[in-house]
Amino acid sequence: MNAILFSALWGIVMMFSGVFVKRKSTVSLLAIIGIVLLFVANAIELNTYQPFFYIDSWDMLRVNSFNLSFLAVVFGCTLLFFLLSASDILKVGEHGGEYFALIFFVLCGISLCATFNTLLILFIGIEIMSIPLYILTGSDKRNLKSNEAALKYFLMGSFFTGVMLMGIAFIYGGNPSASFYIDNIQLGKDALNPMIATGLVLLLISLSFKVSAAPFHFWTPDVYDGAPTVFTSFMATIVKVGAFFAFVRLFENSFGKIHTQWQTLLVVITVSTLLIGNITAVFQQSVKRMMAYSSIAQAGFMLFALFALNERAKEGLVLYSAAYSVATIGFFAILIKMKDYTIEGFNGMGQTNPVLGITATIFLLSLTGIPLTAGFQSKFYMLMAAVENGAHFWVVIAAVLLAAVSAYYYFRVIQAIWFKQPANANPVNEEEVSGSFKLLLIISAILIIVLGVYPELLIQWLYH
Amino acid sequence: MGEFITFPELFIWLPLLAGLLAFFLKGNSAKNWATFSSLIVLAVVVASLFYSDDKQYASYNRVNYYWLKQIGNSFFVGLDSTSRLLALLTAIAFPVIFITTSKNNYKNPAAFYGLMLLSQSGLMGVFVSMDALLFYFFWELALIPVYFLCSRWGGEKRIQTTFKFFVYTFAGSLLMLAGILYVYMHTSQRVFEDGTVSSHSFALHSFMSTMLSIKEQGWLFALFFIAFAIKMPIFPFHTWQPDTYDQSPTSVTMVMSAVMVKMGLFAVMRWLIPVLPAGALAHANMVIILCVIGILYASCIALVQDNIKKLIAYSSIAHIGLMCAAIFTFKEIGVQGAVIQLFSHGINILGMWVVFDIVERQTGVKNISQLGGIATKAPVLTIFLVIIALANIALPLTNAFVGEFMMFGGLFQLNPWYAFAAVISIILAATYTLNMIRKAFYGEVSPAVQGMKDIGFAEKSALAGLVLLILLFGIMPQPMIEFTKDALKNILAVLPK
Repeated sequence: MNAILFSALWGIVMMFSGVFVKRKSTVSLLAIIGIVLLFVANAIELNTYQPFFYIDSWDMLRVNSFNLSFLAVVFGCTLLFFLLSASDILKVGEHGGEYFALIFFVLCGISLCATFNTLLILFIGIEIMSIPLYILTGSDKRNLKSNEAALKYFLMGSFFTGVMLMGIAFIYGGNPSASFYIDNIQLGKDALNPMIATGLVLLLISLSFKVSAAPFHFWTPDVYDGAPTVFTSFMATIVKVGAFFAFVRLFENSFGKIHTQWQTLLVVITVSTLLIGNITAVFQQSVKRMMAYSSIAQAGFMLFALFALNERAKEGLVLYSAAYSVATIGFFAILIKMKDYTIEGFNGMGQTNPVLGITATIFLLSLTGIPLTAGFQSKFYMLMAAVENGAHFWVVIAAVLLAAVSAYYYFRVIQAIWFKQPANANPVNEEEVSGSFKLLLIISAILIIVLGVYPELLIQWLYH
Repeated sequence: MGEFITFPELFIWLPLLAGLLAFFLKGNSAKNWATFSSLIVLAVVVASLFYSDDKQYASYNRVNYYWLKQIGNSFFVGLDSTSRLLALLTAIAFPVIFITTSKNNYKNPAAFYGLMLLSQSGLMGVFVSMDALLFYFFWELALIPVYFLCSRWGGEKRIQTTFKFFVYTFAGSLLMLAGILYVYMHTSQRVFEDGTVSSHSFALHSFMSTMLSIKEQGWLFALFFIAFAIKMPIFPFHTWQPDTYDQSPTSVTMVMSAVMVKMGLFAVMRWLIPVLPAGALAHANMVIILCVIGILYASCIALVQDNIKKLIAYSSIAHIGLMCAAIFTFKEIGVQGAVIQLFSHGINILGMWVVFDIVERQTGVKNISQLGGIATKAPVLTIFLVIIALANIALPLTNAFVGEFMMFGGLFQLNPWYAFAAVISIILAATYTLNMIRKAFYGEVSPAVQGMKDIGFAEKSALAGLVLLILLFGIMPQPMIEFTKDALKNILAVLPK
């Protein structure tokens, strides 16, 4: 509850900061203060279960330690994102404060998505999350690719919002109790009510779109490639895990009882997401575009949470959110500093900028899923959940084989960093790399290794 | 010791800490530090041999810490005779490598020696872990430093070659991970001393007491075996090996061929057969046939190799194939022969690489056709080589003879035809090895060899140590046979008589 109110409020503060504050560094400082306060406010609620202001939501929002700790992970990652990339956000255009405002509104949407208890709040949450993103995607106004990406995202996004709304309508119509509450959907006595079934499939499709699962992923590479790189980083990580959390929350509470009936459908989505994401990423020359496909591939792994739908899967999802976000935010932060976004652009970075080289390597190893990194533990939890579920063991085998494919493209970057000779010029814009930036990268890399060695730090915290 | 810290922990932590420290050293001090710390590890491993009596010194050899309790994993490491033997091999290999290659100048030595020591730590971890997840961790952690070593310091085509090697083994390990998870879900619950209850367990003994049907064991066997077969490598999963050996810096090739390939065989003995006995029995015949094909195939290719590094690589495939086949006979004599040979082969192949590293460093050539007459220039080196080469083809009174003899005995008991086919490989091995020696070391002095000098004291003493081991275990095999008796318990106990 704190999170929803506070993120919306601070969004407004940031909006007006552009009017009252002239210095750019003050704007970013304000944003960082905001996210720290947001994190603290959420943490206080997590500890005491008492929001600052009690608002009766007629049970349309449901708060428990699990979704609050998920929000803590989201805010923590956003803090990291701000610390690493705030200066780059301000470089995108003239209206720095507004970008931060939009990001806070996205966080408000994520908070709604994490705590919703009715389909209406879900819808509102998803919309509040998406609309600022359309703007952020097109924020590089003079760049045609950015414009194209924004338009594409907006059109496709609106279309799938329509699909979602139709799904909600079907479920409402097919529900004898005529209620929007997600745990109050009557699925039918013997056979599944056809209205509900249609609604379920429509919801599955629209949410698959939001998390960029195949075959609804076509917007992802263009949008991620066209958007300014800082916002790609934000979209590919924090927004994506937020949408995933909503996805899992909805399907667990409303349709968990008939899990086996839609599981086969999910298998198709999961396997095709893994297949398309991993195989296509192999052929990319631009690292940014490769990361777009890799985020599709990672979404395939996160879909295992939905596939398994047990306690382990939920733990795994939170762990995955943290591991994937930290590694991806860190890697994008380095990518922004590169002069050339192709894989060759990384050549010899290990020699010219050892700190960036080492941390980038750790982030990539984590994304690949090498043991003793957080990425391994999160993948491992997902696989464990899937095996525990018991059905379709072959999906697990397909997933691990495709994870081996992912080693191919992640390691191409590692090879460029360490084993290729640098071109004449320094591959990194050295003047933009400050000491504190390096320190933050090192901290994130350590965080990844700590979570990799002892993931229960995070998981025990879910059930404290 | 004992209560506070145990041998298997020391095996892992000492090289790990030494390796991390080595990254911060400069120039020659990294090299000296690596040599020094690897000698300390050797001393610790040798000391542990005196505490091998499990009844009296149980607390020295086994330890179990809490780690990921919620999922039933713990830091569970322990030593039995096979792991002790392989730890000894690892501990011998590294100082020998560091001493004999000390004249090679590597760019950025701190990183090189740091990674070498990390790989030692990973290898030790594989040999001592008694928990499936821990085993998987170390299995991968042994690979990563080696990957970086090969790609950074290798030959011209190193990047593609080692990448193939990496993706191959990584895919195999992930399949094994899927298999581990499946078995894990069928284990019983684990209660920790502090009261934490996890619904399943990763401990080796829990893995061994699962009730998996024969059908399940059959396909699980395939998942595990592919991972191990890629590592060994067994035909048809061997294609990464010759190129990788050729392109890697020789000191890393030594790690791979002397120790790393043993990981696969060791894993078969410690994990695969005890956990999936019915699956192993069902597939034993197929595995042996693959091995025998591999033995003959690799030996034939070795006959026509001009590149010495590749020649040794193929001969290694043949040897490993024989060991794997012997394990899958499930005959006491065959399995024990394989255990002994794990050690002997490591020593012999290490010696071969040491000699050829010296030759390559001095002449810059690795093809037989460009070499000749080394014996006149470097007589001492040649004497060492001949002894090591004879051991490698298992001549009586060398260490390999005992092992190979026992392995052929096992194969013969199972099916004389297998033994017959495999024995051909010995003849072929003699042909290609002696042929190589004749062309490269005798005859006219080739231009490349003109400037060669004989070896110095450090190299002499390292090679002398290896030759001493070869002769010692060749003439007096009995202690080794006694020592490895114990290793059979795990394997043969789970199989129907």
